[in-house]
Amino acid sequence: MDVNNLKSHALNIRRNIVQMVYDAQSGHPGGSLGCADILTYLYFEQMNIDKDNVGSTDRDRFVLSKGHCSPALYAVLHEKGLLDDDLSSFRQIDSRLQGHPNMNYVEGVDMSTGSLGQGVSTAVGMAIANKLDGNDNKVYALVGDGESEEGIVWEALMAAAHYKLDNLCVIFDLNHLQIDGDVEDVIGPLPLADKARAFNAKVTECDGNDFESIKEAFEFFKDQKDAPTVIVANTVKGKGVSFMENNYAWHGSAPNQEQYEQAMQELKEVD
Amino acid sequence: MAQETRNAYGIKLAELVEKNKNIVVLDADLTKSTKTIEAKKAAPERHFNAGIAEANMMGMAAGLAASGKIAFASSFAVFAAGRAFEIIRNSICYPHLNVKVCATHAGLSVGEDGASHQSVEDVGIMRTLPNMQVFVPCDQYEAAAVVEHVANIDGPCYVRLGRGKVEDVYNEDTKFDFTKIDVLRKGNKVVLFAMGLMVQEALKAAEELDATVVNVSTLKPLDEEGIKELLRTHEKAYACEEHSIIGGLFSAISEVKAKTDITTPVYPIGINDTFGESGKAKDVLKKYGLTAEHILEVVKG
Repeated sequence: MDVNNLKSHALNIRRNIVQMVYDAQSGHPGGSLGCADILTYLYFEQMNIDKDNVGSTDRDRFVLSKGHCSPALYAVLHEKGLLDDDLSSFRQIDSRLQGHPNMNYVEGVDMSTGSLGQGVSTAVGMAIANKLDGNDNKVYALVGDGESEEGIVWEALMAAAHYKLDNLCVIFDLNHLQIDGDVEDVIGPLPLADKARAFNAKVTECDGNDFESIKEAFEFFKDQKDAPTVIVANTVKGKGVSFMENNYAWHGSAPNQEQYEQAMQELKEVD
Repeated sequence: MAQETRNAYGIKLAELVEKNKNIVVLDADLTKSTKTIEAKKAAPERHFNAGIAEANMMGMAAGLAASGKIAFASSFAVFAAGRAFEIIRNSICYPHLNVKVCATHAGLSVGEDGASHQSVEDVGIMRTLPNMQVFVPCDQYEAAAVVEHVANIDGPCYVRLGRGKVEDVYNEDTKFDFTKIDVLRKGNKVVLFAMGLMVQEALKAAEELDATVVNVSTLKPLDEEGIKELLRTHEKAYACEEHSIIGGLFSAISEVKAKTDITTPVYPIGINDTFGESGKAKDVLKKYGLTAEHILEVVKG
């Protein structure tokens, strides 16, 4: 693992996230910026996905269960060289880059998501299919902490443990914020790690904005047998853009020109 | 002979899972009732119980289909089309995945369990979904043929099945064409369109009516030309269904008519925007007007 190289990819991805949301004047920058490092690690270090196998299901797959963070997914596919579309078409009419990702429009989008909670459930189905087919491919699902308030997330984890899906890795993106504010003020989905343990998952935690820490968490996943892994990844919503960090107001709003310029200024160099 | 359409489903699905290793079956703790237990006996390694979690069952089915499997998912119609509706919408129909929602215990003929378990709206709900195809077989032979038919369709399908025994309309030699409505009996002036167990009731009523009886088992895509032709050649039309008159067969026929200059009146014989109740199936069906006798009353005025 070349950390500087990953940081450089993540920086490009963050710049494209801000650019897309600014161009569209619509979208979800906060969560997208927060999960950018996890997606960078997945696509550049963890998953066996490339130009040759992207059109196949016989490879590792990723389900962005928190589908509103589509800018992060499109940006990482673009950075990986798997998506040639003009990113400025994001959320515009006739674009393949829908506000929430559509698997039939974009090769490399492994599931259409957007309605929260369902992605985890579909990832369970994919992991079962891999077991049936006797392959070693892994399935990763990224779930928001707010999203974990959806009951289907826990139905899915129950099934994942019951079917001993050690080829499934569910990553909770714990940034503590959802549309209406702090997750604990809204309804209180925490603690996620203890809940996941109670659902018979193997659980580890990491700093979701630190590549060494992310790496350790995925190495933990590789070692598990007969049970799904849950990674509780502590992230900073809006990571990389000072005025967006830890501010729920940036969950689903676009920067104006001045804010855009400041954001791009802050995202100029790898720190 | 009389047989349950759900039973025909169970037997046919067991046959299909043995023949086609790509088929997987999901259930939500109702394997004995939905009859997917037959498929479980035939291929236990490809039968997955989701527990009492219909939403997750549909999500799992979507994931399996996204991996190239043909996924059959079963529960009672209330829970399949109702509770799991939005998962069917967003994770199955929107991505056009190869999932067959085979819902049993549809309609008032559930009987004793009462209104909480009697779906009166499932066809309406499923019919509105883009990419979804909707089938309502009327007897065991048609049910078996529908199950085989949907297994060969690439995309989402909804199959509505019943709990109770229904008399045979067809036989084992019948060749089905699910792109067309099926005229079972030719009469004059009056045409009775029917779906599900109301096909048998319409046939009984027609004996005293000199009416045309039509089985509409493919609700979507609907044979619009066939329906228009029958509307044009009859003076009055009735839509007979064990379903709410909102959203089901009456709505579907009326929608076809409304797009044309056809003036033939269409009347509903179905569940009048109400929930059902407990009782023996035959008593519930009688009370809610889902009988040949009631069809006769309505048509004769």
